[in-house]
Amino acid sequence: MFGPHIWRYGRVLDPFAEMLRLRDQMNRIFSGIGQPVAAAYPAVNIWAGETGAVVTAELPGMDPEKIDISVLGDTLTIAGSREPEAVGEEDTYHRKERNGGSFTRTLQLPFRIDGEKIEARYEKGILTVTLPRQEADMPKKIAIKGK
Amino acid sequence: MEKESKDLKKQEAPVPEGAERMRNRKVYVPKVDIYENKDSIVLVADMPGVDENTVDVTLEKNVLTITGTVEAVRPEGMNLAYAEYDTGDYQRAFTISDEVDKDRIEATVKNGVLRLTLNKAEKAKIKKIAIKAEH
Repeated sequence: MFGPHIWRYGRVLDPFAEMLRLRDQMNRIFSGIGQPVAAAYPAVNIWAGETGAVVTAELPGMDPEKIDISVLGDTLTIAGSREPEAVGEEDTYHRKERNGGSFTRTLQLPFRIDGEKIEARYEKGILTVTLPRQEADMPKKIAIKGK
Repeated sequence: MEKESKDLKKQEAPVPEGAERMRNRKVYVPKVDIYENKDSIVLVADMPGVDENTVDVTLEKNVLTITGTVEAVRPEGMNLAYAEYDTGDYQRAFTISDEVDKDRIEATVKNGVLRLTLNKAEKAKIKKIAIKAEH
């Protein structure tokens, strides 16, 4: 009755199986490290409040005309391009660390955006997009009735 | 081998050994482009969040230091729900050679980009020597 089969019924944890499971879990956690991941550009910060959200992104040196902001339902798309420095033919580069080119970033928000009231500002190289929540989507306070 | 992709994240500046910063803020190294032509050296630095009042350029001996202070802005009535970047100050220093005319350094800031034009001193400009053929 108390033969070796009790291990199989899971009453006592098999220490060896447990170790293998742990090893697999660790491998899974660390498998992503060291592999190149395409970073999403631009990096955004999202501020949330009761009436909506504010999305900020650091986009230095852009032409505000070249930033495209579009909203569809609950998604916001920021697209644009930064022109590389206009250098003359006799200019030679010593350092070239700044990046240029076009980008697109789409964010999904947890509410529907009121496309009419959306506001975008571009100051000091920082893009600030204010996204108000749709009136119909506003949280409703439910009064609890007592007896 | 040159790295194909550039790091898009902001890079933090190293803290000098044995010293701490006065302001308890993060300090980043602005990304720069430096190019040179026969009259000047142009330095372009990405410093989002700075304007002409918050950026400082100092020249001491041969060290050109760029500092920018950024005040964190917080939209009213909002809480930060998701963050991918952090705001902080900027600092970076370069040594410049004697060929730069120290009295003629021009600096402009536009859309968070600092542009420094370091004009070369007259004597440092390359003089082309004409070579005559002898017959």
